[in-house]
Amino acid sequence: MESWIKSKLPEEIEKKIFRSSLSAAKKQEIKKETIDQYKKAQLNPGEAIGIVSAQSLGEPGTQMTMRTFHFVGVAELNVTLGLPRIIEILDARKEPKTPAMMVAVKKKYSQNKAKVDKIANKIQQVSLGEIAEEIFLDLANLSVIINFNEKAIKDRELNYEGITESLLKEIKGIDVKERKKGITVFMKVPEMKKLYRLKEKLKSVYVGGIKGVTHTLPVIRDGEYIIQTYGSNLKDIMEIKEVDFLKTTSNNIHEVASVLGIEAARQTVVNEIMAVLNEQGIPVDIRHVTLIADTMCKTGNLLGITRFGIASQKSSILARASFEIPLRHLIEASTVGETDQLTSVVENIMINQPVPVGTGLPGLVVKIDKTKKKTKKVKKK
Amino acid sequence: MDGERITKKIGRIKFGLVSPGLVKKIGTVNIITPELYDADGYPVEKGLMDPSMGIIDPGLRCKTCGGGLKTCPGHFGYIQLSKPVILTTYASYVYDFLRSFCGGCGRILLPQNKIDSFSEKVSKAKRENNLSELRGLTKTIFTAARKAKVCPYCESNIDTIKLEKPTTFFAGDKRLWPIEIRERLEKIPDDDLEIIGFDPNEARPEWMILTMLLVPPITMRPSITLESGERSEDDLTHKLSDIVRVNQRLLENINAGAPEIIIEDLWDLLQYHISTFFDNSIAQVPVARHKSNRPLKTLAERLKGKEGRFRYNLAGKRVNFCARSVISPDPFIEIDEIGVPKSVALEVTIPETVTEWNIKWLKNFIMNGGKYPGANYVYTEDGKRKKITEETKEQILEELAPGWVVERHLLDNDIALFNRQPSLHRLSMMAHRVKLLPGKTFRINPAVVTPYNADFDGDEMNLHIAQTEESRAEAEKLLLLTNQLITPRYGLSIIGLKQDPIFGLYLLTKELLFTKDDATDILLAAGIEEKLPSPLKKDKGLEYYDGKQIFSMILPKDMNFISEQVISGKKVDFVIKDGILKEGYLTKKYIGAEGGLLIHHMFKHYGSKEAKKLIDTLNLLGLATIRKLGYSLSFYNLDLPDRVKEKINSITDESLKEVDKILKSYETGKIAPLPGKSLLDTAEAKILQALNNARNEVGKIVEKEALDSNELVAMARSGTQGQVLNLALMSGFVGQQALRGERISLGYTNRTLPHFEKGDLGARAHGFVGNGYARGLDPIELFFNAMVGRDSLMDTAMRTPKSGYMQRRLINALQDLKVNYDATVRDSGGKIVQFRFGGDNVDVSKSDRGDINIK
Repeated sequence: MESWIKSKLPEEIEKKIFRSSLSAAKKQEIKKETIDQYKKAQLNPGEAIGIVSAQSLGEPGTQMTMRTFHFVGVAELNVTLGLPRIIEILDARKEPKTPAMMVAVKKKYSQNKAKVDKIANKIQQVSLGEIAEEIFLDLANLSVIINFNEKAIKDRELNYEGITESLLKEIKGIDVKERKKGITVFMKVPEMKKLYRLKEKLKSVYVGGIKGVTHTLPVIRDGEYIIQTYGSNLKDIMEIKEVDFLKTTSNNIHEVASVLGIEAARQTVVNEIMAVLNEQGIPVDIRHVTLIADTMCKTGNLLGITRFGIASQKSSILARASFEIPLRHLIEASTVGETDQLTSVVENIMINQPVPVGTGLPGLVVKIDKTKKKTKKVKKK
Repeated sequence: MDGERITKKIGRIKFGLVSPGLVKKIGTVNIITPELYDADGYPVEKGLMDPSMGIIDPGLRCKTCGGGLKTCPGHFGYIQLSKPVILTTYASYVYDFLRSFCGGCGRILLPQNKIDSFSEKVSKAKRENNLSELRGLTKTIFTAARKAKVCPYCESNIDTIKLEKPTTFFAGDKRLWPIEIRERLEKIPDDDLEIIGFDPNEARPEWMILTMLLVPPITMRPSITLESGERSEDDLTHKLSDIVRVNQRLLENINAGAPEIIIEDLWDLLQYHISTFFDNSIAQVPVARHKSNRPLKTLAERLKGKEGRFRYNLAGKRVNFCARSVISPDPFIEIDEIGVPKSVALEVTIPETVTEWNIKWLKNFIMNGGKYPGANYVYTEDGKRKKITEETKEQILEELAPGWVVERHLLDNDIALFNRQPSLHRLSMMAHRVKLLPGKTFRINPAVVTPYNADFDGDEMNLHIAQTEESRAEAEKLLLLTNQLITPRYGLSIIGLKQDPIFGLYLLTKELLFTKDDATDILLAAGIEEKLPSPLKKDKGLEYYDGKQIFSMILPKDMNFISEQVISGKKVDFVIKDGILKEGYLTKKYIGAEGGLLIHHMFKHYGSKEAKKLIDTLNLLGLATIRKLGYSLSFYNLDLPDRVKEKINSITDESLKEVDKILKSYETGKIAPLPGKSLLDTAEAKILQALNNARNEVGKIVEKEALDSNELVAMARSGTQGQVLNLALMSGFVGQQALRGERISLGYTNRTLPHFEKGDLGARAHGFVGNGYARGLDPIELFFNAMVGRDSLMDTAMRTPKSGYMQRRLINALQDLKVNYDATVRDSGGKIVQFRFGGDNVDVSKSDRGDINIK
C-alpha cells in the first residue's frame, strides 16, 4: 500500500491535473493534499469490515419496497426490483424471476430506428404458432398439418429447412415433411392420444430467433438505441453479427458466469445490486457491494449467501452450527475429527473470549521473569 | 476455589466420537435401576438421580467431587447396554462403511493404485485444512469403493447391503444386527480410515455403534419441585429411565435364555428409545411423547433453532448493569448526552478500583451508601462482595484499602452505551455521556433519533454500563456518538437536525431581521456570548441585525463552503466565505439528518468534536428563533389561489377526456398495441399513464405556483417536514390509485364495486380519486384509497421478516471478514477476499460520500 501511495498515486494525480492551467507549486500542493487525505481515510487494521458491509446492505432492506414490478413509462418491460431482487441476487438463484438483457447494437445501426427494429425482430424468439397460418390434425394419417403464413416467415427471415431442422431438434420422435406452403409432421410411433398433445406442443415450439428471448423492445439510452429483452441468452446473442457484444449485458448471474467467467459475474452482481439501490434511492457505498460480490465469487464459483453457499464453506464448525442446521455440522465434524481453531467471531462469543476483530485483535507480549513465575506456581499447589 | 483467579484461554476445540473407553473413564456411575427416588424421597443409588452425577439441591454434597450446588459442575454416568445399538444420526455413515469395506477382512474395496491416488488428495486437503474438499473426497471414495463385487484383498464376495431407514440393515436378505455390524467395523484397519479422511484416533467407525451410553449429569437435566411438593423430572430423565428400564429387561431376558424373537423385539425397542434420546424429530421414527401427549424435548431439540442452545444461549448473552425505559425528547441536552433517571443511576453502578489517589473520593460514596451519590457494594481484594448498609458502613470505611472495588452510583459524564432494537447497524448502539435528570424516562436529543430509528410514541431503549476500564475506554474513544456522526454506509453525516430547529434556521437565515435586544436573546439561548458585529442597519435609534449575521457568529472564522440547491425550479446558491454566510439560506440539505452537507464539511475540516458542537449550537439557535417567532399551520394553508385551482381543474378535465379518448379508440379497435401486450392491456397502460401524468402535472403546478408565504410550502421547501406534493394531494386531488402497478380491477364480476355498470372501464370505476383530502373523498373514492393503504400495510408486514432474514444471512456470511495488518480483507481461515477493501482500502466513514475530496 505504502509503495502504491508513493509511486502510482502521484502519477495518477499528475495525469489528471496535467492540463489544467495551475502553477507548478499549486499542482504540487494538490498532490500532497490528496495523498494526505487519502492516507487519512485508510481503514484501520482489524476493522470488522465484513459486518459493516453486511449492515450497510441489510439495514436499508427494511426501507425497500417489496413491489416486484416497476414501470418506467408505459412501454418498457417489467423487471423484478426492490428487496425481492436483492434477495434473488444474494441467493445466487440459478434463474432470475425476470431474466433480461440489454443488447447493444453496433455503432452503424445504433442511430437508425428502423434498422434497430429489424435487429430486435431478428433476436426475438419465434414459435411455430406465430408463423403458422393454421395448424390442424389429419386424423386419417395421424399427422399434423401446418400451413405457413409466408409473409410472417419472410418478416422473420426464416426458411423451411431451418424450421424443419429446429423442429427435429426440439421434439423427439417426429418426422417432418415439407410441402409447398407448409409442412406435415408425423409421429414415428403414431398414437391417437398423443396427437393432440403434439399439436399443442407444436404451437409453442421454438423455430427461430434467439431461444429464450420472448420480448424485445428498442429503447434509447444515452442517445443510442439499444434493445431491451425479456429472457436472456448471452451465448446465442454473441453470434448475431449486428450486436455489439462487448456492451451487451444480462441480469442472469449464472449465465454470465458460465459464458463470460467469474469476474464478469462478480461485476454483474455489483451492477445489479447497485441498480436496485439507485432505483430505490437508497445510498450505499459501492465498496460494500463489491465486498459482498467478492465474497460470493471468491471460490471461483458463484456461491449464494445461504446455508448451502457461503455458510457451508466456513472453516469453523461452531460458526456453521450457529447459523443453520447445527446437528449436521456437528456430526460431520466429529467423523473427520475436525478441529475448530476459534479464529472467527461467533465461537469466541460462545466461549466468552475476546473476538479476533477490531480491538480484540492486538495481543500484548510481556516478558515474564521465569523464576518468579515458578515460585508462584508452587504456592498455588 | 473462591478468590483463586485462574486465567486460561481456550485455544481450539476438537470434535470427535466418544469411545466406549472414554465413557468408562468419564462416567462415574453405572446406572442400572430406572427408579429415581426411594420411598423417603432420597435418590436411589445407581439410579438416574444418583448424587455422584451432580447436585441440584442446596445443602447436599456431590459424592464425586464433594462440591456443593454452585461448585460441582456435574459428572457423567453411563449405562452398560445389554446389546449394542446404532447411533441413528450416524446410520448413513454406517451404511457407507458397510458398502465400501469388505465384511470379511475389513479392507477398503479399492485396488492399491486407487488408494494411493486418493490418499494423496486426501492428505493434501487435510494439510490445507480444506474441509469442503475433504468432505467431497470422502463421498467420492465411498462411492468409488461401493462398486466392487469382490474384495481385492481377501477375494470374498461382497453382500449387497441395504438400509431400511432409520436403523435396520440387511446383508442380502438377512438382517444385520448391530453386533455383527460392529464386528465388521472393528475389522477396518486404521490406515484404511485415513484414506477416506477419517481420523482413527477421534472417530473409529465402530464407535457409531453404542455399547455404552453416556448419561448426562443431573445439572443438565434438573428436576423441578412443584408447589405441591411433587417432583417433576426433565424430559431427558424421562427418556433415560425408559432406556434403563428396557435395557434391564433385555438383560434379564438374555440371562433367562428367552426366545430370540422376544430378545429381538426388546432390542429394537432399546434402539428406538436411544434414537429418540438423541433426536426426537427423525423422519420415519414415531415421536416419543410425554404422558400428557406433549412431544419430549431431547438432545437435538435442545440445540436446534432460534431458541436452541446455540442461538439462544451461546451466541446470545445476557448481561447485568443494564436498564430499559421509555424514551422522551429533550432538545436542551447535548446530542451526546443521555438523560438518565435517578432510579436507574441508583441501581446501575460503575465499579471503581480503589487506589491511593481516589480512596478519599470513593469513601464519600460509601459514606452516602444508598443515598445518591452513593455506592451499593464493595468487593474486597480477594473478590468477596459486601453490601453497604447503615450497619456495615463504618466497618467497610475502616477496612477500605487500595485493591478493593467500589460499585458507585452513576455520575454526570460517565459513559453509558445506549441501544434501540432492532440493532440493524452499528449506529444502533452508541456511547453517550450520562446526565442525571428528574423523571422516569431516558431523555435524548431529538437530533439523534435517526441512527437509532427511534421516535417518541412509546419506544423503549436500553442502557448499559461498561464494567471494566478497557471497555469504558473503548466506549469513550470508539463508540461515543461524537465519533459516529458519519455513517459508514455512504459517508455523510447521519446525525443532524430535525423539524423545528431546521425550520427556525431556515427562517433565520432567509428573511428575519432582529433588533439588537432580540438578537442578543437568541444568541444567548444558543450559548453564544461573543460580541456582536456591526449592525446591518440603524433605524430610529434601533440597531438591526439580520439572521445571516446571527448565524455567521457560530461559524469558525476561517470557514469556506460553497454549495447550491434547486428549490422550486430555481437554483439557490449557498456561500460561506471566511466564516460569514454571504448568500443563500439553510435547509435540510445542509443541516438535516442523513446527509447534512454543512455538518459533514465541519466534520471534515474541523473534526468530529467541532461538528458535534455545531449541531448542538444550531439546534439551540434554531429553537430559540422559532420560539421567538411562533409558527403554526391552519386550514387556510390548504386554500390555493383561484388561478391555481382553475389550472388543476382543467388538468383533471383534460386527463379524463384523454381517458375517454383512449377508451373509444380501444372500443373501436383502433388502438395500436404495444409490443407484447394485448389491446386491453395497452389501453390500461395508456390510461394509467395519462392519469399519473395528471397528478404529476398538478404537483408541478403547485410546486411552481405555491407561495413561500404559505406555511405548508415553506415547511416543505426548507425540508422540515412534508413535500409540496402532499399539498397537491390535499388541496388538489389524490389521483389514480394503483394496486401492484395496475388500476384497481378486483372485486365483483366485471366491475370493481356494485355502483358501476359491468364492463365500465372509466377512470372513476377503476380507482381515480378526483377529490383532494381537504375537500374530502366520497365513499367510493375512500374505499379505493383504503384498498391501496391496506396493500401497503401488507407490504410492510411481509417485508420486515424477509429483510431480517436477509440481514442475518449477510452478517453470518461476512462477520469474519476483517482488514488485516497488510490491508487485505481476509476471512477467518486467512483466505483473501479482497486485496484492498473496495479496491482502495478507504474507510467510507472517513471519506466524503465515498470519495477523497480535497476541495
